[in-house]
Amino acid sequence: MFKLWATIRKDIRVLLRDKVGISLMFVMPIILVVVVTSIQNSTFQLVSKNRLPILICNKDTGQSSIQMIKAIGAIGMFKVSQIPKNENKIANAMQNTDAMLSIVIPANFSAKVSAKSKSVAGKALTSFGLQGDTLKNQVGDVDPLTLYYNPVLQESLRLSVKGALQSALQMVESRETLRTLYFSINEKQLPEKLENEMLNNRTPINEIPVSKDGTRITPNATQHNVPAWTIFAMFFVIMSLGGSVVREKVSGSYIRLKTLPTSYHVALISKQITYLAVTLLQAAVIFSIGIWLFPYVNLPALNPPSDLLALLITTLICGWCAVSYAICVGVFSDTQEQSNGFGAVSIVILAAIGGLMVPSFAMQGAFKTAADISPMHWCLQAYYTLFLEGGKLKDILNNLIPLFIITVVIQIITYLGLKRKNLI
Amino acid sequence: MALKDPFAVNITDMGFRYPDNAEVSFSKFNLKIAKGERFGLFGPNGAGKTTLMNLMTGVLPVDEGSITILGYETGSQKNEVNKLFGFVPQDFSFYQELSPAENLEFFGAWSGLTKQEIKHRTDELLQILGLDDVRNKQVQKFSGGMKRRVNLAIGVIHNPAILFLDEPTVGVDVQTRHAIIDYLQELNKNGTTLVYTSHQLSEAEGLCEQVALLDDGHIIAQGNMNTLLKEHSYDSLEALFINLTGKELRD
Repeated sequence: MFKLWATIRKDIRVLLRDKVGISLMFVMPIILVVVVTSIQNSTFQLVSKNRLPILICNKDTGQSSIQMIKAIGAIGMFKVSQIPKNENKIANAMQNTDAMLSIVIPANFSAKVSAKSKSVAGKALTSFGLQGDTLKNQVGDVDPLTLYYNPVLQESLRLSVKGALQSALQMVESRETLRTLYFSINEKQLPEKLENEMLNNRTPINEIPVSKDGTRITPNATQHNVPAWTIFAMFFVIMSLGGSVVREKVSGSYIRLKTLPTSYHVALISKQITYLAVTLLQAAVIFSIGIWLFPYVNLPALNPPSDLLALLITTLICGWCAVSYAICVGVFSDTQEQSNGFGAVSIVILAAIGGLMVPSFAMQGAFKTAADISPMHWCLQAYYTLFLEGGKLKDILNNLIPLFIITVVIQIITYLGLKRKNLI
Repeated sequence: MALKDPFAVNITDMGFRYPDNAEVSFSKFNLKIAKGERFGLFGPNGAGKTTLMNLMTGVLPVDEGSITILGYETGSQKNEVNKLFGFVPQDFSFYQELSPAENLEFFGAWSGLTKQEIKHRTDELLQILGLDDVRNKQVQKFSGGMKRRVNLAIGVIHNPAILFLDEPTVGVDVQTRHAIIDYLQELNKNGTTLVYTSHQLSEAEGLCEQVALLDDGHIIAQGNMNTLLKEHSYDSLEALFINLTGKELRD
C-alpha cells in the first residue's frame, strides 16, 4: 500500500508540473464548452428571438404579394426588408446587408394566385352541385417563388425556412380561394371578421418534453452541450496520460523500474487512480461552470439531474474508460508524437461517431453501427437520459453495461500489449 | 543455497539474441564475478556491454542458460534478485520533473524501503553526494554532473549487495568524476560488489581490480588488471584495449 501511495504521489507531482498537459485537460475543454454552447445558443436565438434577416424582391403589383409579405412577417421568424425589383442585384444586396436569405416574388404572382383560386373555387362549387363562372377558367400553376440563400446556412435551418415560407404561401392562397368561394355563393365580399376566424384561428400546438421523471425542463443548448463536451474533455486526458506512459516507457526510468522488486502493475494502478481523479475533477469543474457561471454570460444554466448517484457512477465509468484508452494508446505508441497525434485524432473520430458532433439518431447505416463501438456514444446516451429525460440509475444501465464492457476490453488489450512488448 | 554461492554474478552457457538480429548476440557465454569485487567490463561501441548489463539485471530475459545473482536466478526468482542489486543505467533513469528528494522517495518505496528508511537514506545520500542544497529543486534544471549523482543516489538507496553501473561518469567534469569514483570505492570497502562499464579506461584502472574485455558478444580477455597488463606487456589498459580490439572505428 505504501508503494502504491508513493507512486500516486509521484504521478500527482509529475502531473502538477506538466503545465501544458493541465491546460489541455482543463482550460481547453472549458473554452470548448463555453464557445460551442454560446454558438448553439445564438443559433437558437437567431430563430426564436433575434430573427433572421430576409430580403424580398417583389416584382408583383397586386394584393396577394402584399399579403404574402405580411404573412412572412407574421411568422415571427424573419426580419423583412424589401429591395428594388432588380433580381440581378440580389447577390450584392445580400452581401451588403448580411442577409442570409432572399425571396423573389414573380411579376404575375397576384394574378396567378387569383386565377388559381377561381379555378379551385369553381371545381369546389361544381362538386357541391352548384355552378359558377370560374369553372370555365383554365389556368396554369402559379409561377414559383425563388429563394436565394447563403451556402453557409445549414440545411436544417434552410428546410425550416422553406417550411415557414410554404406556410405563408398557403395562407395567401387559402385566403384568396375562400374569398372567391364566398363571393361566388353570396355575391358579396367575405366579412373581415369571418375571414380572420377562418384563417387565423389556428389550433395551437403545445410542445412538451417527454421525461422519465415527469419534470418539464425544456432542453436548451446548455443541457445538450455541457454533458457532451464534458465527455470529450475526459477523453482529452490522453494528451497528458498517453504521453506520460510513452515517456516513462522510452526513458531510462522504465529500465530502472524493471530492476526494482515491485510489479509494474503498481504503476498502472497508480496512473488509473490519479487520472480517474483528474477526469472526475474535470467533470465537476465543467458542470459547476454550467450551473453557476453560464447565467452570468447570458447562457442558460445547466440543470443537474435529480439522480446524482447515477451521475457520479456514469462519470466514474466514463472516466475510467477514458483513462484506460489513454494508457492503451501510450502502451502501443513508440513515441510521444505518435501518442499525441493518434490520441487527438482518434478521440475526435470517436466523438464524431459517438454522436457528440452529429446526433447519433440522425446517422445512417454503418455509422449507426459504428456508434455502438464508441464509448463516448454510450456515455452520451447515459448523460442525456440523466440531464434531458430526468432518468434514474435503472434507466441508464443499458448504457453503462456496454460502456463497462468496452472499458474491460481496452484493459485486456493493454495487458496483452504490455506482455507482447515484454513490459510486464 | 544462495548463501553458499561464492559468486555475486554467475553466468552459465547464456544465450541471447535480439528478435530482429540487429544488435550483438551472445552464445554459450560464461562469466563469474566474485563477491566484493570491483569488476570492470570494457569493450568498443557495440561490443555488447549494455546488453550484458541488461541481461544481468533482468531487464532482458535470457534465451538459454542462466544468470544467477548471489545464487538467485534472474528469470525465475526475479523478485528476490531485484532486492539484491542496484542499477545505475547509462541514461538518466529518473523523473526530471521531480526533485532529488522526491525521486529518492519514489524509488526508495519501489525498492522496498519503509518511510523512515527512505528519509534516513535520502538525508545521508544527498549529503554524501553534495546534493543537499538542491534537494527540493527540479532535476531538469540540474547540470549533467548533478544529474549523474542523482542517478547514482537512486541506484544505491536500498544499500544493495551488488551495484551495476553502466558508464556512470559519462559526460561529467573531473571533480564530479572523482566524487563518484571515491564514493564507489567507499561502497566497495563496505562490501558492495561493483560491476562497472566505462569508456574512461584510465578511470577504470584506478577503480577496478578484475576486468573483462568484451567484443562482439565474446570475452577476449579476462582476469586481474595488473596480471593482464603484465601478461600482454602493456603499461596501460588503453594500450591493451587497442591491441586486442584494433583501431577500426565501431558503431
